[in-house]
Amino acid sequence: MKFTKLMATAAVVAMGLATNALAEKTKVGFVYVGPVGDGGWTYEHDQGRKAVVEAFGDDVETVYVENVPEGPDAERVMTQMALEGADLIFTTSFGYMDQTINVAKKFPKVKFEHATGYKTAENVSVYSARFYEGRAVQGHIAGNMTESNIIGYIASFPIPEVIRGINSAYIHAKKVNPDVEFKIIWAYTWFDPAKEADAAKALIEQGADVILQHTDSTAPQAAAQAAGNVVTFGQASDMGEYAPFPRVSSIIDDWAPYYIARTKAVMDGSWSTVNTWDGIGAGMVGIGEISDRVPADVKAEALAMVEKLASGEYHAFTGPINKQDGTPWLAEGETASDGDLAGMSFYVEGLVGDVPN
Amino acid sequence: MIALEKRPQPSQAWSLLTPLVAVVITMIAGGLLFSALGKNPIEAIRTIFYDPLFGEFAFYYRPQLLVKGGPLILIAIGLSLGFRAGIWNIGAEGQYIVGAICGAGVGLAFYPTESAFIFPLMVMAGALGGWAWSMIPALLKVKFGTNEILVSLMLVYVAEQLLASMSLGLLKNPQGFGFPGSRNLQDYASAHNAEIIAGTGMHWGIVAAFIAVIMAYVLLNKHILGFNIRLTGEAPRAARFGGVNPTRLVVFCMGVSGALAGLAGLFEVSGPSGQISIDFNVGYGFTAIIVAFLGRLHPVGILLAGLLMALTYIGGEIAQGTLSLPAAAIQVFQGMLLFFLLVLDLLTNYRIRFGKKGIA
Repeated sequence: MKFTKLMATAAVVAMGLATNALAEKTKVGFVYVGPVGDGGWTYEHDQGRKAVVEAFGDDVETVYVENVPEGPDAERVMTQMALEGADLIFTTSFGYMDQTINVAKKFPKVKFEHATGYKTAENVSVYSARFYEGRAVQGHIAGNMTESNIIGYIASFPIPEVIRGINSAYIHAKKVNPDVEFKIIWAYTWFDPAKEADAAKALIEQGADVILQHTDSTAPQAAAQAAGNVVTFGQASDMGEYAPFPRVSSIIDDWAPYYIARTKAVMDGSWSTVNTWDGIGAGMVGIGEISDRVPADVKAEALAMVEKLASGEYHAFTGPINKQDGTPWLAEGETASDGDLAGMSFYVEGLVGDVPN
Repeated sequence: MIALEKRPQPSQAWSLLTPLVAVVITMIAGGLLFSALGKNPIEAIRTIFYDPLFGEFAFYYRPQLLVKGGPLILIAIGLSLGFRAGIWNIGAEGQYIVGAICGAGVGLAFYPTESAFIFPLMVMAGALGGWAWSMIPALLKVKFGTNEILVSLMLVYVAEQLLASMSLGLLKNPQGFGFPGSRNLQDYASAHNAEIIAGTGMHWGIVAAFIAVIMAYVLLNKHILGFNIRLTGEAPRAARFGGVNPTRLVVFCMGVSGALAGLAGLFEVSGPSGQISIDFNVGYGFTAIIVAFLGRLHPVGILLAGLLMALTYIGGEIAQGTLSLPAAAIQVFQGMLLFFLLVLDLLTNYRIRFGKKGIA
């Protein structure tokens, strides 16, 4: 009992020291789910970290730990960062949600930012990007470019984020090409080159001549290149090494503006809990250069759509849209609420197959 | 001329010394690696081995050693019994997953009823789940002569698919906005495997691990079954003549290792982890194989080896965070430890002779 008491006292004292010892430098921690060299999700977060270093120079110190499994290990890494005096910690995977909340409770003075989750607290903000806006642009290009009218889609996990992307791409492909059909393969991974390559090959064999992917490796691009005349899009990062063909455009995650803004907020004391969901307009979602293999008129339309999405003039989910079973979801001219989008678990009308569960 | 000469008897002294020597050599080789990466080697080694135990924030890391080491020890103890008898259960990771799913499933079925009976029921379900999963390779082996290494390993991937399906379907949190993953058991008092004394990291899984160490020790040293296990491993022919029933032994060893792995999964999901999710398993079942061998398949050795592995994980993370060492360098460092241990193991059975080749 005495030992526990001693430990508890030590803990309180040390935590006090850790958080009160406000050095002049602002310390920012990043917890990564993959390696910084994955070329996709974690790579882009690390680019954001580097942008923070560049923006604030000597006023900021950044630390990161990569390959952190989602679970108790993440909780330990976050605690370690907080103990070592981090002022702001970005936890960059959905699976860190409950751990972030747990650690945030123990360190009320440290600010936490959790990517793609939905639980906030006094010192926990959440942020995510409206990738579905980019999917709308992809759908538009894909619908125009397909000749077989079969578009393949490599999906990762059946979560709202991914389902939104499928729906958004489908709606916009269908708009320009009423005969279009989507074939979806669930890879159950975010990053697994072998599985992704298999999925791409299977889709190509089924007649797909455009492949969209919600997984992070370039394996589908390589498979498309080998097949010859299959169109692909870069995911998470530009994947420009496959431009101008098969990669004709891409969705790029750009966390730099957000990371810089939030670090600044901690520095000047203006940080408060926010629920950020930014899209093309705020620069969190970037559309990689549309290559010349896309017909000029299609490219012009796509760029116009990017403009309208950025300015807010156009919403990627604008009615009339029915759910898959035919029940009406959005009336003529109505746009989807963020609440509906955040928990989206259904396909829109016209998509074939079921959302797996 | 340097020659290896087989010792007539394995050296007792080397058997005890090699782990320590391996650690020291790893520190030296690791130090060279870290300095090649432009880091201060002494600081890096200190960060990995010293800071978690005696550094400024050791009050937090010491309990974490138990949290990280507990499941490793619990699983490794089970595996070591089979390994001693030449029964290779490589699929503890799968049994760990199934134990967690069964245990958490029982807990979630009762949600939100509060009762003191729920947690014991979950523990039983966890052990049963792991046991049942290990019975598949065990029964296939004794009935059809299949290879338990392959079958148990393949069942890990089946278990992972089952885990994904549970996270997305049956056990998905109905209030989770469509995201995968179950309810968090940490928020459900009756099912929560909380710390027994706050701040010590000591949860029921650690208690179970310590009990398993003691039981395994007693079994191997005082019980006829333990003797049979050792005999089968060391002298299979003698065992057969001695009337050891190999079928019973396979079923027993696979069953115990499966049940212990299942328990480890249950204690993890209801405690430190809290929820069934797609990425719930982080490789404890595989790392435990290393721990079992690092600990010389001896219960006390496994206890120490589990804690040492935990130390390199935790210290490695601290080194990443404070010294910006890349994760890959830490993994190389852990690999070195095992490599040197295996190399030095040679000295237990062989002696090095310098000079002219002797006559065998």
